[in-house]
Amino acid sequence: MRRSLTARALMFGTLAALLVPATASADIYSSGALPDSVGINSIWVVVAGCLVMFMQAGFAFLEIGFSRGKNAGTIVAKILVNFSIAAILYWAVGFAFAFGHGDGGNLVIGTHGFFLRDYGDPLKAFPIMGLSDATIESKFWFQFVFCAVSLAIVWGTTLERVKFGVYVIYAVVFSAIIYPIASGWVFGGGWLQVNVHMQDFAGSTAVHLIGATGALAALLHLGPRKGKYGPDGKPRAIPGHNMPLFGLGIFILWLGWFGFNPGSTLGALDGRFPEVVLTTNIAAAGGVLTAVATAYWKTKSIDIGMAGNGAIAALVAITAPSGYVVPWAALVIGMVAGVIVVFGVYAIDKKLDDPVGALSAHGLAGIWGTIACGIFTHPDLAAYNAVGDGGLIYTGSFNQLGRQALGVVIVFAFVFTLSYITFGIIKATYGMRVSEEEELAGLDISEHGMYGYPEQFIPAPELVGYGAAPQGTAAAAGAGPIATPTEVPAT
Amino acid sequence: MKMVVAYIRHEAFEPIRTELLDLGFPSLSISEVKGSGRQKGITERYRGAELTNYLRPKIKIECVVASGDVQTIVDTILKHARTGAVGDGKVFVQPVEEAYRVRTGEAGEEILQAHPDAATAA
Repeated sequence: MRRSLTARALMFGTLAALLVPATASADIYSSGALPDSVGINSIWVVVAGCLVMFMQAGFAFLEIGFSRGKNAGTIVAKILVNFSIAAILYWAVGFAFAFGHGDGGNLVIGTHGFFLRDYGDPLKAFPIMGLSDATIESKFWFQFVFCAVSLAIVWGTTLERVKFGVYVIYAVVFSAIIYPIASGWVFGGGWLQVNVHMQDFAGSTAVHLIGATGALAALLHLGPRKGKYGPDGKPRAIPGHNMPLFGLGIFILWLGWFGFNPGSTLGALDGRFPEVVLTTNIAAAGGVLTAVATAYWKTKSIDIGMAGNGAIAALVAITAPSGYVVPWAALVIGMVAGVIVVFGVYAIDKKLDDPVGALSAHGLAGIWGTIACGIFTHPDLAAYNAVGDGGLIYTGSFNQLGRQALGVVIVFAFVFTLSYITFGIIKATYGMRVSEEEELAGLDISEHGMYGYPEQFIPAPELVGYGAAPQGTAAAAGAGPIATPTEVPAT
Repeated sequence: MKMVVAYIRHEAFEPIRTELLDLGFPSLSISEVKGSGRQKGITERYRGAELTNYLRPKIKIECVVASGDVQTIVDTILKHARTGAVGDGKVFVQPVEEAYRVRTGEAGEEILQAHPDAATAA
């Protein structure tokens, strides 16, 4: 008891030491007079960030729809808790690790801007952010919601059997260390961007592949849901309980992507953002149609889930090239992603239980999107963004393709190693899975003590009669049935 | 002719169905029911308030077979439904007076004969 008190006192002491000077620091207060361009660019970046924040609702509904009704409520709690953990840690250290590389400083891990203060001149502290003059707080907000999206992607493979505490522990490691470092390499002004010249406009690799890689590491430790594979090893469908909610999730995510990609311009005044809206939407449309067609060709049915997966895969794929390609290329990239995701889901399902198809829609499509830059990047846009060169079809050179592939391999290896170790430690100490009985009962009741849909699980007679005197008592005393105001006597 | 009525845990059903099919008894009905017994209720906590749910979900199996086959059915159910914990359920055997096959109008115990080829046909 004494030890825990000391530990607590220490913790609060440290926190106070870190936070109190901030109230005296002038960093956080703007002088009150922004130039027009700063105001306009900041508005766009904050609004785009809000759209990306709303994608949390998209992930929630997508996962709820694809889960069984006994595991629906837990997803709400998970996403709220994860988002909140990431919000605090990304402010404390994440943003600094990812973007605070300093003037000619360390390209592996940032060192400026912890707690978003004492960084001095933002242009020197966060060199890559010099792309626009939006305020540093708006850029921070935008980058934080990216971190939260990446974290949300991790859990797609773990639905319906993972212990709640696993979310909490991994969220801390992910949003403080794994995501900031890896994403900083790719689009935070780190070495993959500056030295290798890897192109990733909004994060096919930096957000989606990182999330999906964490998802793979989690899944390998976790194993499939009970009943997913029959005694013969064949995969069985475990249908989700609500396709309309899944559809709502898809539409919210699609909407959110109009913050995700166009917002990555970090400004509005160069007029690039509406062009990125266009490439993003064209790609998504292509992905839906090819995914539906591919699934129809393979199964002879128009698969609702695959239509949604096609949209997500195409949006993931266009994320990296969205600022580097022209619309026709975006269409091709989206259409290819729609085919990849269908075959990916079919192939992965044979061995790995990935309830929402995150490994295909975010992993494989993320890889494809990153590689696609090496093929379709327009030389003028590469020059405009000042990263790398034009793609294969314009330049005839495999240079950019090689850089993209190298970036994918390095990010995957880094994130997978750290995540695999983290989940290994969690498994050995805290445990990854709920017990078999808890899995059968569902996570809503076993982890949260309540059902997502109480009326479906608690019989109506018990709910109505709860706490009331038995009906028989009144009848025995000679009273007739009590008429309700709406009851009409039979004539 | 007897009807075997069993109240069992959800997870026990699939192994029972599979084995009965293999043994040549493909015909049965199930209902999802809720009931109470010695098994404890589940307490739900909703925003700080408690609600105990005493009725637990079970699967009810109904299977009508010739009297000579009853023991096979009962043994199969007991084999797969038993975990040893309170809440495994109960099995009842009831007499059945008449049986008709709707498709043909045939009557009697013949229509309940085991189907040795049922597993392969499925």
